Amino acid sequence: MGLKRNVSLSTGLRYKGQGPMLTFILHRIGGLGMALFITIHILASFLGGKGGAFVNSIYENWVFQIVIFFCVLFHAINGLRITILDLFPKLIDHHREAIWIEWAVFIPVYSICVFVIVNTALGG
Amino acid sequence: MTTKSRTLSIKQRGLTNFESIMWIFTRLSALAMYALILFGMIGALVMGAREQMNFADVMRWAFMPNVTHVQSTEVPDLNPWSNPFWKLTASALLLVAVAHGVHGLVVIADDYITSEGGRKFVRLLSIIMMASMSLMGLYIIWTS
Repeated sequence: MGLKRNVSLSTGLRYKGQGPMLTFILHRIGGLGMALFITIHILASFLGGKGGAFVNSIYENWVFQIVIFFCVLFHAINGLRITILDLFPKLIDHHREAIWIEWAVFIPVYSICVFVIVNTALGG
Repeated sequence: MTTKSRTLSIKQRGLTNFESIMWIFTRLSALAMYALILFGMIGALVMGAREQMNFADVMRWAFMPNVTHVQSTEVPDLNPWSNPFWKLTASALLLVAVAHGVHGLVVIADDYITSEGGRKFVRLLSIIMMASMSLMGLYIIWTS
């Protein structure tokens, strides 16, 4: 394995890659969030009992729902952009415009979800 | 030439080793999950969700078409929601999602763990995780 990184993690986080870097980091955070959520969800359903009920009460909390919806929606919409660009490589010339389109899709969809979640939490 | 490889067409790139096959698998499984989720949504609407469920419950069903996800709604008859057809759809979604997710975790781990032994250990862990998650998920789907 010839891979060698010469930058520290803190330098990596301060790297100003702008739009594409931001989507990369959010895609990774979203993926990790979902992996954690689904792993715990499957374990809780499999084991059941008091622990399972406790975990389900967390999932019904509106703050958790706002976070997990960000993870799922961003990962899904960004993943669709990556898939389209990778399967049709000629489009990679326009990858910055694709990211703008992605935000134009993500922001309204996520806003509606947050509005509905908060509205329900406040007694809808 | 190497810097341009990303813009080559799929055929010209050649999918020869495991990593490049998993690269295309990640993309195709994403599309498959979109299709299966849409399929679950349409199925819920066909089975009468318009009258008995709100949109949040339809999405909960679509993300994993397992009967426990509709038990708290006003659906009068749970039988059509728990037949083998939906259990197979749920199994397909589960297996695709677990494979996609576990491979994603390996890709992330490879960015931080660079020694050969470490990467082998990550792969061993990933195989254990993939097998256990798939089996537990299948058990939940087929016994609930």
